[in-house]
Amino acid sequence: MSELLSFHYDVDGENFTSAGQASVRVKKNLRQLGVDPETIRRVSIAMYEGEINMVIHANGGVADVEVDDTGITIILADNGPGIADIEKAMQEGYSTARDEVRSLGFGAGMGLPNMKRYTDDMKIESEPGKGTTVTMRVNF
Amino acid sequence: MKVIELAGIDGFTAEAMPDENREIDGVYIGDLLSWVMGRAQADNAWITIMTNINIVAVAALADVSCIVLAEDVKPDGQVLKTAEEKGVNIIRSRFPAYETAVALSRFTA
Repeated sequence: MSELLSFHYDVDGENFTSAGQASVRVKKNLRQLGVDPETIRRVSIAMYEGEINMVIHANGGVADVEVDDTGITIILADNGPGIADIEKAMQEGYSTARDEVRSLGFGAGMGLPNMKRYTDDMKIESEPGKGTTVTMRVNF
Repeated sequence: MKVIELAGIDGFTAEAMPDENREIDGVYIGDLLSWVMGRAQADNAWITIMTNINIVAVAALADVSCIVLAEDVKPDGQVLKTAEEKGVNIIRSRFPAYETAVALSRFTA
């Protein structure tokens, strides 16, 4: 599979004001590539949820987006505390977010479920104390 | 119905209107941002009482046609500035969410 284009972004930790910047840039780049609007919507929502998770839980991280002939791969990697129980974290409504985060309208336990909902494939690799890498795939 | 037309209805006020000719298709009401991203459809008018800066990113990424702030809540200058930059329409409604949705339903039917 030939890799056509890749983008790299740094996600600021603890900065809710700028959260979403990487996702908005991805959205813009995909639009310039002529990707259809519903695919762009799925990719940017999944990526934004991941970005928010990195801001809430992991003090930021890095996001890589690769576009090839058949779809888009999003890789989000952080050096945060890791996810102790991935199965639990995938349940809608389960959240470990702080109250301050919840008052902003996040932390409803919908982030990971939304990422799964909007992508064709999602893989979480996480080690407590080391960090988490989420790889998502949206096919054209 | 276009976003600019909604802003012209009695009780509704344009706060940011960078993409005024966008068509509204359906309505979503919610304040939990992840819930909104999971459930709102593209081109919906999104009714909320949240005014923090993240609503702009959520609206842009979920691709809603406009944010409608219910209960006359006012966004701050930074929110409006970001909305203009990102092409996100914001309208303020003096009605609660339910009445706002009823008004939208009446005018979009």
